[in-house]
Amino acid sequence: MAESTQLVVLGAGPGGYAAAFYAADMGLQVALVDEEKNPGGVCLYRGCIPSKALLHVAKVIDEAKHAASLGVSFGEPTVDVDKLRAFKQGVVDKLTSGVGSVAKLRKVKFYQGRATLTGPTTMRIAGPEGKTTDLTFENCILATGSHPTKVPSLWLDTPRMMDSTGGLEIPDVPKTMLVIGGGYIGLELGTVYATLGTKVSVVEMTPTLLPGADRDLVNILEKRLKGLFANIMTSTRVVKVEEVNNGVVSNGIRVTFEAAAAGGDSQSGPAEQIFDRVLVAIGRRPNSKIPGLETTKVKVDAKGFIETDAQRRTAEPTIWAIGDVAGEPMLAHKASHEARVPVEAILGHKSIFEPLAIPAVVFTDPEIAWCGITEAEAKAQGIEVDVAKFPWGASGRAITIDRPDGLTKLILEPKTARILGVGIAGSGAGELIAEGVLAIEMGATAEDLKLTIHPHPTLSETVMESAEVFFGQSTHVYRPKRK
Amino acid sequence: MTEFKVPELGENVAGGDVTRVMVNVGDTITRDQPVLELETDKATIEVPSSVAGVVKDIRVKKGEKIKVGAVVLTVDDASGNGASAPAQAEAPAGASAPEQEKKAEPEKAAERKSVEADLQVGQSKILPMPQRQAPEPPPVAPPVRAERSGTPAPASPSVRRLAREIGVDVNEVQGTGPGGRISQDDVKEHARRILSSVPGAGGVSAPGSAAGRASRALPDFQKWGEVERQPWSNIRRVTAEHLSYAWGTIPHVTQFDKADITALEDLRKKFKDQVAKAGGNLTVTAMLVRILATAVKKFPQFNASIDPERGELVYKKYVNVGVAVDTDRGLLVPVIRNADQKNIQEISIEINQLAAKARERKLTIEEMSGGGISISNLGGIGGTAFTPIVNWPEVAILGVSRGAMEPVWKPAAGTFEPRLMLPLSLSYDHRVIDGADGMRFMKWLVETIEQPFLLSLIG
Repeated sequence: MAESTQLVVLGAGPGGYAAAFYAADMGLQVALVDEEKNPGGVCLYRGCIPSKALLHVAKVIDEAKHAASLGVSFGEPTVDVDKLRAFKQGVVDKLTSGVGSVAKLRKVKFYQGRATLTGPTTMRIAGPEGKTTDLTFENCILATGSHPTKVPSLWLDTPRMMDSTGGLEIPDVPKTMLVIGGGYIGLELGTVYATLGTKVSVVEMTPTLLPGADRDLVNILEKRLKGLFANIMTSTRVVKVEEVNNGVVSNGIRVTFEAAAAGGDSQSGPAEQIFDRVLVAIGRRPNSKIPGLETTKVKVDAKGFIETDAQRRTAEPTIWAIGDVAGEPMLAHKASHEARVPVEAILGHKSIFEPLAIPAVVFTDPEIAWCGITEAEAKAQGIEVDVAKFPWGASGRAITIDRPDGLTKLILEPKTARILGVGIAGSGAGELIAEGVLAIEMGATAEDLKLTIHPHPTLSETVMESAEVFFGQSTHVYRPKRK
Repeated sequence: MTEFKVPELGENVAGGDVTRVMVNVGDTITRDQPVLELETDKATIEVPSSVAGVVKDIRVKKGEKIKVGAVVLTVDDASGNGASAPAQAEAPAGASAPEQEKKAEPEKAAERKSVEADLQVGQSKILPMPQRQAPEPPPVAPPVRAERSGTPAPASPSVRRLAREIGVDVNEVQGTGPGGRISQDDVKEHARRILSSVPGAGGVSAPGSAAGRASRALPDFQKWGEVERQPWSNIRRVTAEHLSYAWGTIPHVTQFDKADITALEDLRKKFKDQVAKAGGNLTVTAMLVRILATAVKKFPQFNASIDPERGELVYKKYVNVGVAVDTDRGLLVPVIRNADQKNIQEISIEINQLAAKARERKLTIEEMSGGGISISNLGGIGGTAFTPIVNWPEVAILGVSRGAMEPVWKPAAGTFEPRLMLPLSLSYDHRVIDGADGMRFMKWLVETIEQPFLLSLIG
């Protein structure tokens, strides 16, 4: 069947469907193509959403346990894994079918299938049951996303070895598990399994968990994770994985470790250890191997990202790219913001992608969130900054929820006191960081934050009070300004 | 010693002819100071320096063809700190990262500036709203952004968007808010300043100082009494430069005539309520815009421009009419596009909107560029005639003074009759238009004004 459209969006994740919906709202005729039955992409099916559903369960378990120290005891929890999985699946189904029906309301034509580009303005979509559609388009936005990275030499085709997609399925609650990769995906999933009762070990090649985040924030998390995880091995590399069996059944995976940096690391565990399951979370790769891409002028860079200009136009004038496939950071909210740029460009506006701050949130407990420049980046780039920190031990709200393990900090331009970065570690940091993003985008100064009334008693006051710290005037922290 | 090279001048511009070298050896130049006037096939561009210091050597001369990347001049950028200066000068590859960044930044600034200039000339290339075919990629080069270092401009997303829409690089705007925060007004003010360095809103530079001529020393006015000094507003400065250039370049001729608008005025009164309902103001100006639009199709040399560089006349296949608007800040000339394809009611509405925008300071550069011929109606205030200055690069302008009842001799009746007569003043560029052509054009105008039906009949 031959059809035509003004705009086709390839990939219906949070970037793709945001682009399609916005374009439809702006009056374009839009088609949306994805292999799944409904829009949603990795975020809704295999990423942000299911992991947050599971982390919510983990939080409930953890808080129930913690309640004992507040005088309320529930006893040991029993976990019904099937029911847990069903809850998670229910969340996913509800959201994806919701997005699907919103697509219908907007008259976005959704094609389930796999697309092959056949030129700069044409593609063939192979749908279910052998149905194919030849689609002619004026513009195409590639939003094909990313997939978990695998190192073939450290991968075994066994149910004991999982990537993040497999890990989210919660096949069971294993006794022991190794998480390879101390980034946000590994720590979030590790937290879920550890809370459900698995002895979780984490191995990270670099000297620290969450490379990229400021140390003072990570330290707060690491302190708590040391109690939750059986072992955290940094500066350590996995050199070998092999399945162990007694001739009849598999007994686990034997993992061999090695110090990654010269001198080794005192935290390293034994050089060899057997785990029931191994979860690989060492990063994600862009899905740029799009069939038929070679029939266009689209260029892919060395890291596999599709090259675009500031408007997200590729080297082929009719083709655009957004989201994970178009570059770091590979985050849903970056994709859905970015999605509007090419749509506006197609409509003739001069929009470009130029956020001053893209927030990053790690949904561990406590959460870590940051945006704008980090202290480490400022140092590396030789940018002179002032840093103002407010420890949550001085926050009334943090004390009432018995979570004083937190820190809010501002990274400021010394001369103007303009907010360049915000970092938060603590319960609910992910919700609090939005104020930091707004402050940076608006070019706000510490004085602006200081003069904005924040509700009491809330954790949001820590943002205001960290601004007061900058002036040496925090109500709850006595730290006079250096003369 | 630092070299200043010709920066990127915009899309598809590989270089140009040096029409003026604006500095001499030994001059102290500052960053962003224009040092060179380059004529490309798109426009004449003043190239601002990306370096500061004392000019040691000038490598180009007037009349020479140079390409992007060619070395224009070298400066000694010793910053007075004698000890560190030589080290800096001698460290091309080994310079530390921050130093390199510092050097790279101004060059990029210059690049951006000329892209802006090009953007203004090339406005028409950027297609408006939904297009069937893909619009040409706008000149936003990602590497420029990617290489940007340091702190981004303190401007909110909406301010950054405004800047982009009107073709201003927000990184070059001076913010007036706390912490240097950039407001929408700052962006607009900056745009006006750009206009003054690229006068005429057409993106073409006028040589010389603010007034277009080398200025002479002023006497001390206070010798004769009290004076008050006020800043010369940017818009006045732009107008001054633009008009000086036009006056100095164009051999002006102005012809006068009168048109009998008694019938036209009756029609205007009859239909003005109807137009008012549609949101327009049926004025003589609106009707004249439509008549002019038809006139330039009959007389295409009135909708032309001279390209002396190529020795060619540029005939425009589109009809855009500029309408001079008096604002509290000075003269602005918004442009009615494709006036030949609009009816008088549509034109009335559009003039209303543009005039309102002009007074609210909301006119974009784009809305003020691309005119083919202009009209200036001072009749609302008074006067019997005046000599308008042609709005270069256009070649003609119609001035309108106040209509008045006059006794007109009617030979058939053998009496004088009271008729409402409208004085017209047509100035034109004598290089393109001869006196006879001018008179024929004027005669056609007068006849059409007197017999508005001619517009429908032959227009």
